[in-house]
Amino acid sequence: MKLDKSWQERVEAIEQGGIKKYHDANEQKGKMFVRERLHSLFDDGTWKEDGKFANAEAEGLPADGVITAIGKIDGRTCCVMANDSTVKAGSWGAKTVEKIIRMQETAMKLKVPMFYLVDSAGARITDQIDMFPNRRGAGRIFHNQVKLSGMVPQVCILFGPSAAGGAYIPSFCDVVIMVEGNASMYLGSPRMAEMVIGEKVSLEEMGGARMHCSVSGCGDILVENETEGIQKAREYFTYMPENYLHKTEKIKPFAPEQLDLEKLVPDNQNMPFDMLQFIKGLVDKGSFFEIKALFAKELITGFARINGSTVGIIANQPKQKGGILFHDSADKAARFITLCDAFQIPLLFLMDVPGFMIGTKVERAGIIRHGAKMVAAMSSATVPKISVIIRKAYGAGLYAMGGPAFEPDSCIALPTAQIAVMGPEAAVNAVYANKIAALDEKDRADFIADKRKEYQENIDVYRLASELIVDDIIPGNALRETLIERYELYSSKEIQFSGRKHPVYPV
Amino acid sequence: MAEIKTTMAGNVWKINIKTGDTVAAGDEVVILESMKMEIPIESEAAGTVTEILVEEGSFVNEDEVIIKLD
Repeated sequence: MKLDKSWQERVEAIEQGGIKKYHDANEQKGKMFVRERLHSLFDDGTWKEDGKFANAEAEGLPADGVITAIGKIDGRTCCVMANDSTVKAGSWGAKTVEKIIRMQETAMKLKVPMFYLVDSAGARITDQIDMFPNRRGAGRIFHNQVKLSGMVPQVCILFGPSAAGGAYIPSFCDVVIMVEGNASMYLGSPRMAEMVIGEKVSLEEMGGARMHCSVSGCGDILVENETEGIQKAREYFTYMPENYLHKTEKIKPFAPEQLDLEKLVPDNQNMPFDMLQFIKGLVDKGSFFEIKALFAKELITGFARINGSTVGIIANQPKQKGGILFHDSADKAARFITLCDAFQIPLLFLMDVPGFMIGTKVERAGIIRHGAKMVAAMSSATVPKISVIIRKAYGAGLYAMGGPAFEPDSCIALPTAQIAVMGPEAAVNAVYANKIAALDEKDRADFIADKRKEYQENIDVYRLASELIVDDIIPGNALRETLIERYELYSSKEIQFSGRKHPVYPV
Repeated sequence: MAEIKTTMAGNVWKINIKTGDTVAAGDEVVILESMKMEIPIESEAAGTVTEILVEEGSFVNEDEVIIKLD
């Protein structure tokens, strides 16, 4: 090899990425160059890069289309892989794959988080023998992701396509941030779908960011542009420890938004209210970070800080579908609980749940196995757990939301709480159906009203407390103080759930 | 032109708007009754109501178009 170029010239050429045409195309779509993305992701915009000269002797493949880097994010060491879509559309060749695998191995050795900045057309089919089937082929990327899962946080920002096999990178991450309009995930492109199964569909409809964040549940956070995506990733990371052996550090506490929580909750159990407001009135101002805000909205999941300490919140949303649990909401909860438990984040359940949905549609969708997933995740989580019954907790809804049988560290009721197999209306109908039918029409209303009242008294919250079903009754406006103290008192909790290799997970 | 769809199956309990009204995104346009609960249906878009396809008391399925907006 002739040394006809100086080191400086070579580095500059590599750092420019692909040819101008592709930079222009990206700019038109509002996409940043990959090095700019890294510049805004890393603290001070600096990092150490490995394999910069990968494929440097080949024409038009600077860094082989991926940057693998290590540096500081939020003051903590992190590993990053970032596709360069100006180089062969960010596709994977043999050295691309090797670079990604090596950076994952670094993350594993150092037990530090791994960020994936994805913008890739998938495998370079012309290079398939070198990058696809072998021991250190692309399969190893996924194998490593599975190994890293739960050991260190894995964060994915999707800036462009994530196609075919590549679509599994986001699926093994803890959180997937998608840029609206540009990000997409799919196993087969619309062109392939038309060729192979005869379906005519747009990319946006089949695998677009909004679809994945609101319908399939493959995306967690939808953002308008790349800057917001990177900022969300950094913000998400502030709720995470660097690995499973650590806890998220406590930060400066803030008072919550001034909201009267007692006034917010209507006495009539059947009337909706906005649980997001309730959460805002409970947690440090500005600290609520919602996960899957657009997916299965009847259940809210997200991180927040209470007096500076991180908690994971799972809350029913009576404003959406009555707060009833569906197959998708159960799935969403199971996933979020597992994430919190993996990284030592205490859990808070806020209950106002009429139960699980019934009917043919949800049974065919497998609501029972999805519900089982949620119960299993909640039950086996060993972090401090507090469940709060805000209003109703009916049927299996009580179980899935951290009910007393599942060893929460405490189960607290507000004075508006009501625990029962079902609500008074449904219960009276179920128990006295024959009797009601046999009564004269004029006596029916009185009979039903009497029985409902009797039932109400039977499930009165003070009666439940006297039977030791709930551990304490606390007015809504005193809830925050109770939670602050209790989480602090439970912070030494360390238990092993049960002895075995692993459970047979309901899925 | 936008459509407002139901989020779940139930009975139409209350219709809060009439043809010709303007609505904003997030407005509660209809309240369903289902599973003994009141289920508000919010408009996802802003616009003028051109057509209401249900009446109070009628049964609706999940994902049914109930209101059309201009």
